[in-house]
Amino acid sequence: MDEGGAPLSSAFRERRAALALLAPALLFLAVFLAYPLQGILRESFTQEGGFGPLTEDTYFLERAWFTAWQATVSAGLTLVLALPVAYVLACYEFRGKAALEALITVPFVLPTIVVAVAFTALLGPQGVVNGALQAVFNLDEPPVRLLNTLWAILIAHVFYNVALAARIISVSWARLDTRLEDAAAMLGAGKGTAFLRVTLPLLRTPILAAASLVFLFCFTSFGVVLILGGPQYGTLETEIYRETLFLFRLPVAATLAIVQLIATFGAMWVNAALQRQTAQPGAMRRRSLAWTTGRRLTVAAIVSTIAVVTIVPLVALAERSVHGDAGYTLESYRRLDDNVRQQVLFVAPITAVRNSVSFALLTMLVALPLGTLAAHGAVRLRSSLAEAVVQLPLGVSGVTLGLGFLITFNRPPLDLRGSPAMVVIAHTLVAMPFVARTVAAQLRSLDPRLREAAAMLGASPLRAFVAIDLPLTWRSMLAGGVFAFAISMGEFGATLLIARPEYPTIPLAIFRYLGQPGAVNYGQALAMATILMAVTAAGFFIIDRLRYREYGGF
Amino acid sequence: MHTRIALLIGLIVVIGMLATACGGDEGKTTITVVTHDSFQLTEDLIREFEEEHNATVKLLPKGDAGSMTISLVLTKDRPEGDVAFGVDNTFLSRALDAGVFEAYESPLVGKIPAEFRAEGAGFVTPIDYGYVNFNYDIAALKAKGVEPPKTLEDLATAKYRGMTVVENPASSSPGLAFLAATVAYFGEAGYLDWWRAMRANGLVVVDGWETAYYTNFSLQGGEQPIVLSYATSPAFEQIFADPPREDSPTANILPPKGVFRQIEYAGILKGTKKQDLARKFIDFLLSVPVQEDIPGQMAVYPVNPEAKVPEAFSRFSEVTVPLAEVSAADMAANRQKWIDDWTKAVLR
Repeated sequence: MDEGGAPLSSAFRERRAALALLAPALLFLAVFLAYPLQGILRESFTQEGGFGPLTEDTYFLERAWFTAWQATVSAGLTLVLALPVAYVLACYEFRGKAALEALITVPFVLPTIVVAVAFTALLGPQGVVNGALQAVFNLDEPPVRLLNTLWAILIAHVFYNVALAARIISVSWARLDTRLEDAAAMLGAGKGTAFLRVTLPLLRTPILAAASLVFLFCFTSFGVVLILGGPQYGTLETEIYRETLFLFRLPVAATLAIVQLIATFGAMWVNAALQRQTAQPGAMRRRSLAWTTGRRLTVAAIVSTIAVVTIVPLVALAERSVHGDAGYTLESYRRLDDNVRQQVLFVAPITAVRNSVSFALLTMLVALPLGTLAAHGAVRLRSSLAEAVVQLPLGVSGVTLGLGFLITFNRPPLDLRGSPAMVVIAHTLVAMPFVARTVAAQLRSLDPRLREAAAMLGASPLRAFVAIDLPLTWRSMLAGGVFAFAISMGEFGATLLIARPEYPTIPLAIFRYLGQPGAVNYGQALAMATILMAVTAAGFFIIDRLRYREYGGF
Repeated sequence: MHTRIALLIGLIVVIGMLATACGGDEGKTTITVVTHDSFQLTEDLIREFEEEHNATVKLLPKGDAGSMTISLVLTKDRPEGDVAFGVDNTFLSRALDAGVFEAYESPLVGKIPAEFRAEGAGFVTPIDYGYVNFNYDIAALKAKGVEPPKTLEDLATAKYRGMTVVENPASSSPGLAFLAATVAYFGEAGYLDWWRAMRANGLVVVDGWETAYYTNFSLQGGEQPIVLSYATSPAFEQIFADPPREDSPTANILPPKGVFRQIEYAGILKGTKKQDLARKFIDFLLSVPVQEDIPGQMAVYPVNPEAKVPEAFSRFSEVTVPLAEVSAADMAANRQKWIDDWTKAVLR
């Protein structure tokens, strides 16, 4: 060891510390991502089934193009809506803000089939909107047709992701130094110019971070494309699903999974590099803008828009769950608790809530430290590659990885068959990149001189970390924590094949009810979905309260 | 602030421990049943089996029939369970070819009509069956002023333009079953012509049964009054009507030779060390109490003719027409080709 030798250069020490911070995340990824992935890819290429249409025509090329195209457009549309929302969340204090922020995030956890049901209730041919339009304009045919169109995919992607983007951007926006904008105003810049020339450039890092997460999520989009878009649309991920489970062409699926992984990894690498280039550490100044009539109107307009896009479908869903033939009734909720058919796999709502919340908290518990440390490590290492590696799980096909878990963690040294740990691991894989990205985005805008000052005053790296970095990134950690919680509540990604019937969750219960015909089953599915929304909103609200309270006094 | 972090972490740890704490049953043999997400039985029946054989039954649902089959194939060296229930005749060949099942013939199998035993004899045991066919929304068709279609050809006529929704055979088990039925009905040479005519007639294709039934079918607010579902769906619509009603809001369209019969099988997984118990479990699935329980829980018909079915099944869901004939071997040999050709004809 070189401890006792010549004093280490500070650059080397910094590098070593950065690697140590990255190590837990890298180890986690090596064991739970790389290992099962190589297992399934190797197995896939030995399976028969052939490469079929892969080289036959341009079908898959078109699908790859569509995948990238819709992800880009979805991310763009999401940002257009997310920026004003981030502005409101970052710059104003008002009653009900925490509740608003919690509610607009709820869509993130909803199973796609439930969202499809909500959209049908609102925008379907017999839905509220078409009913009203037909009555007003005296039309014979419903004018709005959304399901199974490209617009359904794009709108759903915005619906799912707008809160994610708004949260990441608002965390940094709330800390922007207002003096820069004031200076621009003094120098004669109008509000628009000041925003375009000063605020927006300062927000480039969080905007890129948000855009990249939304892009990745839409790139690997599965349920939305499959269910809302319909079979005429397909992403690489939906093709992998079809090739694996219905066509049994594992070599084709594996090839597509590799293409998807390389494409997303490349995109993340470029994105991380862009973020690094544009990052500008600034002083931290939280400001709340004073209310003027103009600002009141602006905020009201933004809040109403986001409410129409995200909250109205949720309300439509909740309304349907209490809608009986003769007025409103809680019958569906009462039935949930009553195992009339004495089913062996019956899921009592309280059990489902307990399991879902436990998995979500455990996922937070694992993903938060892993992601936070990785973010600190990657930012200190100034390595775009390291950052892209931490994002890798988001580019991996859920179906492929699920099968990988199945065939690699079924024997020593890691025999995890039927273990609930598999669920937490799978959720953590998706949640960790979110935490890392959110924390890194804010970390970049921190002034490194603060830590240097601490070091000069004799603080050890650990003490500087605990005293400087941690408190200053606490908000972004909680923002990341919200998504770790949400990802687990919504059962994302690789859980498709990871069965754990002893611990049924809320989404699982929803699928059970929606799996059978009959109005009673439909009603119970909607009631369960409403419970999922309520529990998730409550979870967000509690986490957000911690965040607001901590900095309420600034 | 540090206390707050500590509190938060402490809370998470406590809840996590509460959630994962679990006890074990001593001295009992555990039998694990790999199945699909639609599996259900009355709890008491399972408990009786456990008591009789001093065993614990662990159920392991693995998504839909497709993901269950691929799981069985990929884990055949180290199976996740001892018995598998729910592989159907559209996926059976894949599992048989991979050799995931161990030979077993239940003593009760003699009671089961030979037509159910044609496939996989000696390895898998038929347990239940269902029919894949179109349902229609009675009130919606009446409102449109058209009588219910009787044949597949009817559906392609202008009268029923834009009224039909089906599931994609590349992502749905009933979708795949029905594609096979159209091949049997129209023949290899003609089935794609019918599909092209359907496409020109405004056919809607969606990913899976849940989407078709709960977002596209007019019964729950969708647009199409005709949906590809199961023959038992009208019975379930009556049994689970809200508010209760005497009749069913939907009915079956049963074109002769245009209905696919899905048979679900159970088999012992090769590599199990609990052969005796696994065999007992298969016999248990064929026993009359379980067979009579299956219709109400899983919306399928029992293979054991001694088992009675709910009254609603005979009232709303009886199928007496001749069926589409597709063997499991046909299915295995042509699955990829059919799906690829269908995708080109209908979706591109």
